[in-house]
Amino acid sequence: MHEATVAQFILEAISAEAKKQKARPIAAKISCGVFNAINTETLKFAFEAISIDTVCENLKLNIEQKPIKAKCKKCHATFEFDLHESKCPKCRHDDFELLPDAPLLLEEITFEDK
Amino acid sequence: MRKVKVRRKILIANEEYAAKNRAFLKERKLPCLNVISSPGSGKTTLLAKTIETLRGKLSIGVIEGDIQTDIDAQRIRKAGAPAHQINTDGACHLSAAQISYAFHKLPIDRLDLLFVENVGNLVCPSTFDLGETNKIAVLSVPEGDDKPAKYPMIFARAAVVLINKIDILAATDFNIKKVKADISKLNKKTKIFLVSAKTGEGMKQWCDWLENLADNKRKKILKKTRPRQ
Ligand SMILES: Nc1nc2c(ncn2[C@@H]2O[C@H](COP(=O)(O)OP(=O)(O)OP(=O)(O)O)[C@@H](O)[C@H]2O)c(=O)[nH]1
Ligand SMILES: [Mg+2]
Ligand SMILES: [Zn+2]
Repeated sequence: MHEATVAQFILEAISAEAKKQKARPIAAKISCGVFNAINTETLKFAFEAISIDTVCENLKLNIEQKPIKAKCKKCHATFEFDLHESKCPKCRHDDFELLPDAPLLLEEITFEDK
Repeated sequence: MRKVKVRRKILIANEEYAAKNRAFLKERKLPCLNVISSPGSGKTTLLAKTIETLRGKLSIGVIEGDIQTDIDAQRIRKAGAPAHQINTDGACHLSAAQISYAFHKLPIDRLDLLFVENVGNLVCPSTFDLGETNKIAVLSVPEGDDKPAKYPMIFARAAVVLINKIDILAATDFNIKKVKADISKLNKKTKIFLVSAKTGEGMKQWCDWLENLADNKRKKILKKTRPRQ
């Protein structure tokens, strides 16, 4: 549900960059850790709705979901966290720490040639 | 076509307010707890009971977040604590800017402990940092024991999980052992308290934890204000 808030922030960030670049943005890449709980389809839909009649109308959003990583306390291996298989895939030890979730990032914007 | 690397944090505006709030709280050595759960898990009942239990020991204030109405703030005032109600008008979470404003609606310098009751929602509020000291998750028995597995984002970030409504355990198949195991897979440092806001069971351990949290902050003040010899 918070995708609407996030879409608004993305629109503002892209519009500001478009003004700076004096060009029309046609695509943008977003990345986010899965614990930000952003539903890809909901975010695209929300963005589409609020970008009508703005410089971002018809812009294509690519959203990359980044998995949660964990670090084994015994062998220090880093691996993708899976609640159902909560052992280090390398040494089978079950004492590990979740690494911080990746933030919501506007990675890059593709602009139309002038 | 031209690609421009931006690498800008999308929630930067919220993060800036959260950082300001954190500094504001730190300056006053005031612990602030952001309480997150699904609707109806018993957040307001728990806070009212906590205020009653700690009467005369800790001066508590509450910022209430709801989509609409000020029912919850009224319940807190009835329990004997100052409360400020925020209405989000549809938004599923509180934002750090709303909290900055609410600080000044409470007798903030007289408080030992500040609670924020977030909008009832197990997903969205955990993405928005308010600048709080700790997040507290509430899971009530009738919601089922699969919630930490289904909503790991909040349980991984909470310093404390309150398992509420344990007075009705016998009527359900809620498996405490499984819940504890799932939570500790997400975060080994999480403290888990089993409570009933209705009967008061388990409230002592939780309130002791709160007193301890507030005391630690106070001791820091004493150390700081003690005159140099
Ligand atoms: N049996 C039982 N009922 C409880 C307990 N704690 C709360 N309740 C009941 O659960 C219902 C919801 O409680 P609230 O305190 O309003 O829950 P909340 O989480 O603040 O709800 P929202 O603010 O709407 O998200 C009320 O009917 C309470 O009386 C408990 O420990 N045991
Ligand atoms: Mg409530
Ligand atoms: Zn290992």
